[in-house]
Amino acid sequence: MEITVGVNGRAYSREIEPRLLLVHLLRDELGLTGTHWGCDTSNCGACVVWMDEVPVKSCTVLAAMASGRSLRTVEGLEGPLGLDQVQLSFALCHGLQCGFCTPAMLLTSRWLLDHNPDPSEEEIRAAISGLTCRCTGYENIVRSIRHAAEQEGLS
Amino acid sequence: MTVTAPTGEHVASDVAADHPTPMGHGRMLRKEDARFLRGRGRFVDDIQLPGMLHGAVLRSPYAHARIVSVDASAAESHPLVRAVITGETLAARGLAWMPTLSHDVQAVLATDKVRYQGQEVAFVVAENRYAARDALALIDVEYEPLSPVVDALQALSADAPLVRDEMEGRTDNHIFDWEAGDAAATDAAFAAADHVSTCDLLYPRVHPAPLETCGIVASMDPVSGKLTVYATTQAPHAHRVLYATIARLPEHKIQIIAPDIGGGFGNKVGMYPGYICSVVASMITKAPVKWTEDRSENLMATSFARDYHMRGEIAATADGRIQGLRVRVLADHGAFNGTAQPSKFPAGFFHTFTGSYDIAAAHCRVTGVYTNKAPGGVAYACSFRITEASYLVERMVNVLAHDLGLDPAAVRMANLLRPEQFPFRSATGWEYDSGDYPRTLALALEMAGYDELRREQAEHRKAYQETGRGTVMGVGISFFTEAVGAGPRKMMDIFGFGMADGAELRVHPTGSAVLAVSCMSQGQGHETTFAQIVSEELGISPDDIEVVQGDTDRTPFGLGTYGSRSTPVSGGAAVLAARKVRERARVVAAAMLEVGAADLEWVKGRFHVRGDVAAGVTIAEIAMAAHSDLELPDGVEGHLDATCVYNPPNLTFPFGAYICVVDVDPGTGQVKVRRFVAVDDCGVRINPMIVEGQVHGGLADGIGMALMELIAFDADGNHLGASFMDYLLPTAVECPSWELGMTVTPSPHHPIGAKGVGESATVGSPAAVVNAVLDAIGVRHADMPLTPAQVWRAMQGRPMRTDLAIGEDVS
Repeated sequence: MEITVGVNGRAYSREIEPRLLLVHLLRDELGLTGTHWGCDTSNCGACVVWMDEVPVKSCTVLAAMASGRSLRTVEGLEGPLGLDQVQLSFALCHGLQCGFCTPAMLLTSRWLLDHNPDPSEEEIRAAISGLTCRCTGYENIVRSIRHAAEQEGLS
Repeated sequence: MTVTAPTGEHVASDVAADHPTPMGHGRMLRKEDARFLRGRGRFVDDIQLPGMLHGAVLRSPYAHARIVSVDASAAESHPLVRAVITGETLAARGLAWMPTLSHDVQAVLATDKVRYQGQEVAFVVAENRYAARDALALIDVEYEPLSPVVDALQALSADAPLVRDEMEGRTDNHIFDWEAGDAAATDAAFAAADHVSTCDLLYPRVHPAPLETCGIVASMDPVSGKLTVYATTQAPHAHRVLYATIARLPEHKIQIIAPDIGGGFGNKVGMYPGYICSVVASMITKAPVKWTEDRSENLMATSFARDYHMRGEIAATADGRIQGLRVRVLADHGAFNGTAQPSKFPAGFFHTFTGSYDIAAAHCRVTGVYTNKAPGGVAYACSFRITEASYLVERMVNVLAHDLGLDPAAVRMANLLRPEQFPFRSATGWEYDSGDYPRTLALALEMAGYDELRREQAEHRKAYQETGRGTVMGVGISFFTEAVGAGPRKMMDIFGFGMADGAELRVHPTGSAVLAVSCMSQGQGHETTFAQIVSEELGISPDDIEVVQGDTDRTPFGLGTYGSRSTPVSGGAAVLAARKVRERARVVAAAMLEVGAADLEWVKGRFHVRGDVAAGVTIAEIAMAAHSDLELPDGVEGHLDATCVYNPPNLTFPFGAYICVVDVDPGTGQVKVRRFVAVDDCGVRINPMIVEGQVHGGLADGIGMALMELIAFDADGNHLGASFMDYLLPTAVECPSWELGMTVTPSPHHPIGAKGVGESATVGSPAAVVNAVLDAIGVRHADMPLTPAQVWRAMQGRPMRTDLAIGEDVS
């Protein structure tokens, strides 16, 4: 079947198998390898992307379901003026180690701050509770998101 | 909102102004983050080569079954399938079996029978991922099921099925007996003791579960005969040797590239059948072949961790002075003995089980057995079984305190090694390098507000007893000592290779530098830390030092990153290479300034004439001169570079005191970790930010293992933790905000006084959590994981055996 998806503001048309998973469309067909795959069961969240402005786990979304929709991946976070504040804050607060969960954490953080600009620690932990990180013990991820919120609050 | 930031190494220049790069050690933002934050990391599964094919593994549904036949003809006729490899294909090449890292062999693809659920039976190569998976269903394997050995405690019984009947003369499932310490002296200490406490402890089977599963892209060039392997490996050089040995390929024609690795934790040390099959598949198809395991494959078939059944006995005076420790271990190694540790130590470094205490007599005896489960055992940031050892002693100290009615903090303080005892020779033969344990424990107790916590706990308990409502709280302590940074090579080898690491440092004419190391980061931040190590020695900015790792054609030989050995060993190599460069620079500087080399003084980054600070040259000027036409003394080579192989004189012994505070709901058994105080001493900290990050990650591991992570099996040998829906990992909600403290006791033998730290918290934290939960509910012992069901059962006085499917009572 043929699909057309918008990814980070650009339209892609592809002939695909109906069973193709969105994560594989992004990674294998479009070469956007910043979106990672980690578990197959929607538990780890390494594959989170935005579909029509909502974070989804792309390992359990069919590429066909994304047809006609617009996606945002980690490659779409950096703007023409530079890195997004969440990217800067993760670097400043050491919110990443191996980097494998990072794209999903960043996209989830961006979504959280867009909807709740001043989240409490508890709200941050709840917001990222669908994502697994094996390296950081979450501490510096939580601090990164708080830091981003504070920086954005200043501007 | 966006913030102005140039691309390049720095994340952003406006940010960099507030976070200047230190000249050497100190907090420094990570160099590697720039690519990870942009989704531009390069992990194995990201690699696409022209004409690349995809592999998939057919696995056994049975834990134990004879293979009657394998019919791959239908799969072979699938239009997108390019090859099917079976055990027979490999047997024809002499590759059906491969050596393990523990003096055993293991099946690459099963030929005679399958010995655990998930074992590799066939390998399909197809034009895309999905077709490869489709074709697995077309392979027809006829099995004759056999009774499995599931319960390790029954593996040596007379009627136990034989796991390894292919080994000639073998009549049981016994692998090895190994002991350490002085049995007679320990028996004597026990005979004379006022008090003996005994406890059976299980450290259940768990899995490191890095977020990135294992994978490979194997590419054999049919013309040059060069094999290029992109793989998830923590030990690229060791893997090159293994490919050369197993597949009998010329070693100079093998290049192993470990690109970015999405977490390892010991899962990516071993050699897996999928790797070998991919290499063979590339040879057969003359195309690159990618294989990426899925999560179930990762949890079922690659290196698990622990699975130690331990009986601890602790002898003490009536007031809690420990006099002896005796341990008997039954080690479940699965179907093949494939543990990855220094080969002279079949139980790894378990004989560090005397921990941080002054115990005059100690002895352990470890028996390894085969069962119908996946092979492995040494993984998950365990420092070669120090996780098990540390858990054993920290639980036994609490059991002792419980039995004698003493405060566990006081028992620890009374038995800790004292600073003046270092270097300390333990009863099991280790030489602890340095430490001030009482200071570290005192700091942790102070940070936690220990006395206040005990008062609060008494109030909670009283309120609960009076009303039957609310939660009870518990405080758990652990004090761990690690032994990390293997070798020295004389004592320690893996697969015959001494555990020493190389480093190569080149300073370019304009004063920037490249350092090549054999170790391989999986998230630890080597590109930053190792640049800082060289920077400290040479006064070149870390921004101007490129660190090369993970490519065997571009880096010197070394054993890799695991057992917290990167900083202790490769770090030592980097320091000494830099110091050699500095001495060469001194000679060049002397020629430049026309003075004797001995008349020069080094101030970081610059040599000047002693007594005349103005008369000096910088390292950059020296580098340029070293490559110029400057005349150098006879026998002094030009250029500015050095190599070093660092053979550590001893392990380093980091340590720490951890205190966990939990609230437990007695009605549901639900545990909430309220606080966690961790005071770590890992000697000199090169980049404190990275060190703290390492500790944070390990503390979360402790929550996971103590409370939720488990691989259990049912009576048929079915694996019950084969997805993240069943194998539970802690999320941000289960973790508290960690409270870190530190003390610094430099290692006396490491060139910069640093000790390893990567695994400290994973080793030290589980016991603190378990001690806290059991303290809350007033139970002497119950095994991990302390799930709500286990806590509730423990409160009823009948904790279960967690490693079996249906919670059998322990006693």
